Amino acid sequence: MDPGHNLIGGWVRDARVRSAAFQTVVAVAAIALVWWLAHNTINNLAQRGITVGFDFLGRAARFPISESVLPYSSVDTFAWAFVVGLGNTLFASALIIVLATLLGFATALARRSRNPLARGIGAAFVETMRNTPLVVQLLFWYAMVTLGLPHPHDALNPLPGVYLTDRGLYIPWPRIADFSFAMEYPTLGRFNYSGGLALTPEFTAMLVGLVFYSAAFVGEIIRGGIDAVARGQWEAGRALGLPESLVLRRIIMPQALRVIIPPMTSQYINIVKNTTLALVVGYPDIAFVTATTINQTGQAVEGILLLMIVFLVISIGGSLLMNWYNRRMALTVR
Amino acid sequence: MSNVTHIEAFVRREALAALPPPPGRDAALWKTLFSSVGNAAATLLIGGVLLAAIPQLMSWAVVHGVWNGDGDACRDAGACWAFLRAKYPMILFGIYPSAERWRPILVIAVILALTLWTLPRSHWTRTTVGLWIAGTLAVLVLMGGGIFGLTPVPTSAWGGLPITLLLTVLSVGLGFPFAVMLALGRQSTMPVPRYLSIGLIEITRGLPLLSILFIASILLPLMLPEGFTIDKLARALAALTVFSAAYIAEVLRGGLQGVPTGQGEAARALGLSWFQMTRLIILPQAIRKVIPPLTSTVVVVVKNTSLVLVVGLFDLLSSGRAALVDPLWPAPYTETYIMIAATYFVICFGISRYALRLERTMPNGSST
Repeated sequence: MDPGHNLIGGWVRDARVRSAAFQTVVAVAAIALVWWLAHNTINNLAQRGITVGFDFLGRAARFPISESVLPYSSVDTFAWAFVVGLGNTLFASALIIVLATLLGFATALARRSRNPLARGIGAAFVETMRNTPLVVQLLFWYAMVTLGLPHPHDALNPLPGVYLTDRGLYIPWPRIADFSFAMEYPTLGRFNYSGGLALTPEFTAMLVGLVFYSAAFVGEIIRGGIDAVARGQWEAGRALGLPESLVLRRIIMPQALRVIIPPMTSQYINIVKNTTLALVVGYPDIAFVTATTINQTGQAVEGILLLMIVFLVISIGGSLLMNWYNRRMALTVR
Repeated sequence: MSNVTHIEAFVRREALAALPPPPGRDAALWKTLFSSVGNAAATLLIGGVLLAAIPQLMSWAVVHGVWNGDGDACRDAGACWAFLRAKYPMILFGIYPSAERWRPILVIAVILALTLWTLPRSHWTRTTVGLWIAGTLAVLVLMGGGIFGLTPVPTSAWGGLPITLLLTVLSVGLGFPFAVMLALGRQSTMPVPRYLSIGLIEITRGLPLLSILFIASILLPLMLPEGFTIDKLARALAALTVFSAAYIAEVLRGGLQGVPTGQGEAARALGLSWFQMTRLIILPQAIRKVIPPLTSTVVVVVKNTSLVLVVGLFDLLSSGRAALVDPLWPAPYTETYIMIAATYFVICFGISRYALRLERTMPNGSST
């Protein structure tokens, strides 16, 4: 190379210079775009007389939340309303994850069973759940509960103490009071059942819809994990004289879990994200609280920012946890 | 090695009786149903539940089902199929002017024809891509009107199945170029595009689609200069496009990783520029590899379009719900949702079966 010869041409052809120039252009364009959008937003908000900031969080929310795990009344602040919504989201997610895993495991076993009836039911269940939108399923279950079930006076009573009505589900629940422990059964009052544990139609529709939908995906992940274990492992287990259930528990599942856990973690994160759809049946989760808050205060930027932060923390936290677990598994394997 | 016996958890002491040979493929049905006690119990349990449920379902759907008649015939009866018979234009086409109904019908036909045309592998050519672009533009003109003597129909009057199909086609079609850029960016050795791509992909995938729809429908109008309004349909489309782009980018990344590095090196050795190498050597191989998972992504996109309900667009689901608001009928929600779910099922099941077949038959298929 001759440094004196055609200096400009040399610069243009230098890969490092070109890369630096390209990256500078990309970075400047990205920053300019963000700045332009922010600038427009601030202008528009000023025009509408909306002050940017999180001051509104300290004000009284003044909207009802129909049900919550944490105590709430409409004189509480917006900040607390968000926490209550998040509590509902996390509570519902945890419950759905547990139930969907159990149902998913049963689905996986049914689909791998030698019984053609069980296989057929399993396949039909998985295909129906996976090929129709979750929103449609949630609305379907909501219609089933509120319109398909009878009034409290002629409630369905499939198990003793369990009542299915169009006002919700009532199941016996233990009450602990004054060092005594007793099952409390729902009893029919003038208009409705009281006592025991009452699940609202919204909660019921959300729970049934999300558990069924998620169970199909969870079931396929578990089935994939079981199928990934070599057939010889089953045969070896049987050859040792182990009963089928012990082969599954002691030989297959420990090996299958290594295949199952990474996709299962993302599925669990998906379940948390999917609970936001409970909004369509009116279950007051964090998305519902955010939407109501934005409606009432006009603090759209702040509300959406809070919602984004919550879900990014959950998603990224979940991925980090999974990566850490994967590294640990990799170390113990070899 | 003397303490081995203490570790053993299970040792069978006596030999088992020889087992009968396992039921083979040609075993009689009753043998596969009742091969063991557990199996027989499962058969009886499932059979019992089916025997209890099927007559009830039949009584609701068929025996007491109303196939003809009006709203009064449906009161205190079983399934109100007559409602679907009366309202299916509303469910499938929304509030689109009924005199112009041939247009959405033609739109569905065009999209169906294009899809069927694309199925055989021999049709995966540039011409097909051109056909899709031309077809999509034609479909948009057909829906909107305003030229060629077609009555203009504002997007607020579009509805039903055409919206669902259009949102799917457009969000995949518009998302794909972005996805290619994001996937290439993520694979790049340059830190700026790399971290920008990782950030965009991970943030989008970390958020529920609902929140992205909120951003598009509430924040996007605020982010644009004053006086600049953006159509509701376009806002929902923007959200779905961003979402599809991030998911497709991750699928493409798998394909890019599957192209041997020697391919790129050989291209550079032949004197191709980075751009030529990417366009002519890397991307064609990467995309071919991931066509089966890409097809499965389309199923996710189809299902996701149903979420536009929350921003007030009239897709298939919302149109169905709108049809239910008629005081002359006893609001047969279940039947309507069954019809909507069945429509989605036909589309999604068809696509996922096709993806499965591609996975099985494609040479050097999706085995990552």
